[in-house]
Amino acid sequence: MDEISVLLPSVLQPLAGGQSVLTAPADAAVTVAGVLDTVTGGYPALSRRLRDETGKVRRYVNIYVNGNEIRRLQGLATEVSPGQELLIMQSVAGG
Amino acid sequence: MATADSYVLAIGTKKGLWLASSPDRTAWSLSGPHFLMSEVPSIAIDTRQGGTRVLAGVRSEHWGPTVFHSDDLGASWNEPEQGAIRFPEGTEAALERVWQIHPDAESRPGVVWAGCEPISVWKSTDGGEHFELNRGLWDHPHRSQWGAGYGGAAAHSIVVDPTGEKVHIAMSTGGVYRSLDGGTSWEPRNKGISAYFMPDPNPEFGQCVHKIAADASVEGRLYAQNHHGVYRTDDDAEHWESIAEGLPADFGFVMLTHPRRAGTAWVIPLKADGERIPPEGRLAVHRTSDAGASWTRLEAGLPQAEFNSVLRDAACVDAAEPAGVYFGTRGGSVYASADEGETFAEVASHLPDVLCVRAAAVSPAGAAVPDVALTAQVPHG
Repeated sequence: MDEISVLLPSVLQPLAGGQSVLTAPADAAVTVAGVLDTVTGGYPALSRRLRDETGKVRRYVNIYVNGNEIRRLQGLATEVSPGQELLIMQSVAGG
Repeated sequence: MATADSYVLAIGTKKGLWLASSPDRTAWSLSGPHFLMSEVPSIAIDTRQGGTRVLAGVRSEHWGPTVFHSDDLGASWNEPEQGAIRFPEGTEAALERVWQIHPDAESRPGVVWAGCEPISVWKSTDGGEHFELNRGLWDHPHRSQWGAGYGGAAAHSIVVDPTGEKVHIAMSTGGVYRSLDGGTSWEPRNKGISAYFMPDPNPEFGQCVHKIAADASVEGRLYAQNHHGVYRTDDDAEHWESIAEGLPADFGFVMLTHPRRAGTAWVIPLKADGERIPPEGRLAVHRTSDAGASWTRLEAGLPQAEFNSVLRDAACVDAAEPAGVYFGTRGGSVYASADEGETFAEVASHLPDVLCVRAAAVSPAGAAVPDVALTAQVPHG
């Protein structure tokens, strides 16, 4: 079975047992929401950093699929294929 | 009265938490920052169960809000994996910020209240590790009409009476609400408090109350610092009356009460809502010892000129004798008084905006000081 990788920024890695990459097994395309559910299932504190209680991606959390931010695609319903990567980055914002 | 082994002062700012310690409340040593680049809008120091638990509401602009606790005075911090405060499914709401963490009475160890944004009140029975949403307030028919103060829509003051049945809360801009059944049901109690900014200046609710606090020992007496207006009630908020006479301004955010002495309270006036600075740029604390009939200006040790405001939870009292008074400014200065406000000294300067301060007497190992008099009253800050 192939897999989908999720690349974490360094600031979140302590919440994933120190890992920089989490992987979700996949033999077909799945949604970004599905990937996040899988890889954060064992890391609830990490999950809360990315999405709030309603499941919405936090305002200054950006998730990229093949270099495209998912808000410009279909959001959490954006499909990801086996072998692809999700890249998580925080916005350059604030002061 | 036993002498505390040491004192701890927790300073929550826009960009992290600092902890100060002192053997005598005069010389302070500062450590931090904890949670650098996250704002810390709420802190509690809970000494009711034989140790010292520091609870901190922490909010990252990127990664959202959460609640941490430390049982070793900040050497390590713990965060419940599922989150201490989470809106239940079906509410379609998400936690924005924890504005208030309020340990209940000495007789109810383990019970901790929280006031949050969006406007909601929560209760924990396990020392603040997990909170349950107060459904009576969340489902209140007025909720859709409560507004948001400039800083956000939150329940920011929680006052619980010794029996636990009578609870007052305040929110900006919703006003004061009271429960007589331990928080099951709530009614607005704002009669006498002006809401000059509304079409009806005397509405049933919608007032912009900045802070409420209970008197030390007069049952039914509370004080309120309003968005223009300083008030007192002697009948559990059935009626409020102005006690602003004698103050240089009736605007401000802070309302503190003495841990033991009836009739004693402190405010820190700001000029107005249009000019949120100390009147004439001269920072001063004002204290009453007669329940607001008269006020004494206290400024010894404070700077000649100060143009930064003091936010609602950026001030507190400790429970020692004499009581300590502490506050921090949006300019990052923190001042402490070990003599009830007669003289102040600067504890810290040039920190980020101070959002909240809390102080308590602790032993070096972090255990509570075993002194009934010291812990007889939880400060309402």
